Amino acid sequence: MKKLLLASAALALTAGGAFADDVKLGISLGFTGPLESMSPAMADGAELAMKEVSDSGKFMGGATVTGVRGDSTCIDSAAASATVEKLITADGVKGIVGGMCSGETTASLQNVAMPKGMVMISPSATSPALSTLDDNGLFFRTSPSDARQSDVMTDIIMEHGIKSVALTYTNNDYGKGLADSFAAAFEAKGGKITINAAHDDGKPDYSAEVAALAAAGGDALVIAGYVDQGGSGILRGALDTGAFETFVFPDGMVGSALETNFGAEVNGSFGQMPSSEGEGKEKFLELAKAAGFDGSGVYSAEAYDAAALIMLAMAAANSTDPSVYKEKVMDVANAPGEKILPGELGKALELIAEGKDVDYQGASSVELIGAGESAGTFREIEVKDGKIETVRYR
Amino acid sequence: MDLLNAFIAVLNYVIVPATAYGAQLALGALGVTLIYGILRFSNFAHGDTMAFGTALTILVTWAFQALGISFGPLPTALLALPFGILGTALFVLGTDRVVYRYYRTIRAAPIYITMVSVGVMFVMTGLTRFIIGVGEIKFDDGARFLITAREFKTLTGLAEPLAIRSTQAITLVAAGLVVWALFWFLAKTRTGKSMRAYADNEDLALLSGIDPNRVVMVTWIIAAALATIAGTLYGLDKSFKAFNYFQMLLPIFAAAIVGGLGNPLGAIAGGFVIAYSEVAVTYAWKKVAMYLIPGWEPESLLQLLSTEYKFAVSFAILIIVLLFKPTGLFKGKSV
Repeated sequence: MKKLLLASAALALTAGGAFADDVKLGISLGFTGPLESMSPAMADGAELAMKEVSDSGKFMGGATVTGVRGDSTCIDSAAASATVEKLITADGVKGIVGGMCSGETTASLQNVAMPKGMVMISPSATSPALSTLDDNGLFFRTSPSDARQSDVMTDIIMEHGIKSVALTYTNNDYGKGLADSFAAAFEAKGGKITINAAHDDGKPDYSAEVAALAAAGGDALVIAGYVDQGGSGILRGALDTGAFETFVFPDGMVGSALETNFGAEVNGSFGQMPSSEGEGKEKFLELAKAAGFDGSGVYSAEAYDAAALIMLAMAAANSTDPSVYKEKVMDVANAPGEKILPGELGKALELIAEGKDVDYQGASSVELIGAGESAGTFREIEVKDGKIETVRYR
Repeated sequence: MDLLNAFIAVLNYVIVPATAYGAQLALGALGVTLIYGILRFSNFAHGDTMAFGTALTILVTWAFQALGISFGPLPTALLALPFGILGTALFVLGTDRVVYRYYRTIRAAPIYITMVSVGVMFVMTGLTRFIIGVGEIKFDDGARFLITAREFKTLTGLAEPLAIRSTQAITLVAAGLVVWALFWFLAKTRTGKSMRAYADNEDLALLSGIDPNRVVMVTWIIAAALATIAGTLYGLDKSFKAFNYFQMLLPIFAAAIVGGLGNPLGAIAGGFVIAYSEVAVTYAWKKVAMYLIPGWEPESLLQLLSTEYKFAVSFAILIIVLLFKPTGLFKGKSV
């Protein structure tokens, strides 16, 4: 009797292995920490893609996909590594959407994901350092590198006829990476950086930083910081003392707080942020609305795409083994093949099952270049009458 | 003309902001030093007392704004300040009753009471965030500038701008008034004298019939008033964010210790020393040098230290002062 029980239990287990089939994907984002307000919409985006694939019933012979959320904290590398470790060993995820911030992503990738051979697709880590990292082909991102943002920013500044700028950045991996790559790009085009100075977030007073920037001078001030952190302090000080009149805002500074706190004071200032437009984005917004969350949140579309890419690559490789399907990520993301928009994941799975190529466009016009990162489109903005207005996409 | 431009550049970017910041630090340090001198412990909850007081003041300010009461060109928050002080004073008296009194009656060593104040700090931190939230709040509704950078340029025709925010002027005037009132109170009134006596020698003061409970109560009320005023002035000048007040604790303590803990005059001097050293040592003198020596354009920024080190500067000063004068610039108590 006992043997029979054991045997049937073993049978049940193997049966579980063959059909069961619930594939788990990790979602490692900063649910607490400085970007905690952005994380929920991003996780919702990733889970929307998983639900779509599960509902289609065409994934790996009818398997479902569930997301497991983990807190990467955005700033604490040790906590992020522990989270990824737990996702892989305890939850048994087959791929990870994350991490969120550049420093934490690098740490958890190098310390945990690479030794364990796990694929990570980050929707929002933008540091240029991640492009050159030796990642065993395990790391991709659906957001563009800040090196690309630097080129775009350089072009925009040059088109405004500005040749010399002062530059300040928030003292972390994001700020430093963006500032350094921008300084290199701007100087390569013949521009002059009068000063490249860090500022720390959450300090009581920014007079010293503003004084140094003002003394260095320049036709405009580039603030590679956060609009709800030290970036605002610098901007306020520079405006009040009359140090600068034109400002350049990279993605971290373009937010609603810029309109409400500064408004018409920064008229004529300009900037850019990664953002896509077009059919894919609109479809994603509709789907998000139907699912009950705001799809226009920063990097929400990129998170949807990250999850979708993992699942399509799994389908194309016909395996949930990261070391196998990692080879397929670039194939499903890029041409040739039929273009796939949000809401068409079921169709994509059908095409893959028929042995046809797909070219995943998704919500953010995915096109992976180089070591597997988005080429990215940017929205050029300008402040007019106290409002952030879109000039064009580039 | 170039001499004038150089002077205006230093005035605009170093002297004006550092003076306002120094006054804010001085008011905070006064509260810390008062508690240290009379109640004999380092009150780590002072930064959060400032946040708490400012939060109450903001709530009253909003009520006034809703009722349509304003203070002309001055910020409404100044009208709301007495109510904020009252609420904060009641709160710290309650804290003293519930927490500190016990440790005082058992004559606990100062280090225990200091640790207790860390506990109080955490409670106040939570309470403040619970009442008003963690976000950034701007509550300055008066005229923003005495003179704006652009007005100054067209007025004088100089190349360098000079801007003076009205909140910077208010900070200085209010700080001056408060300091004057405090010194007058400590020097001239009977209660003030008994407080100084209690600070100098507790046992002797008790023997001469000074009521310790009264001294403690008045000290807490004054400390609460100083904290609320300092916090509100800082919030008006920059903006209110609960976390920033916690960050201010460090420079405030540095100011109090540099000046000499327990010495009110020292607290004021310390506040300005810290503020000026933060701004002036990291200032890039390139522009000023170009005005002063025509035809010379230096390659470097002529910056002694980059701005990341501004906190290092104030702490280097702190260490040097403690090495050579352990009681601080003005004679305070040794720590």
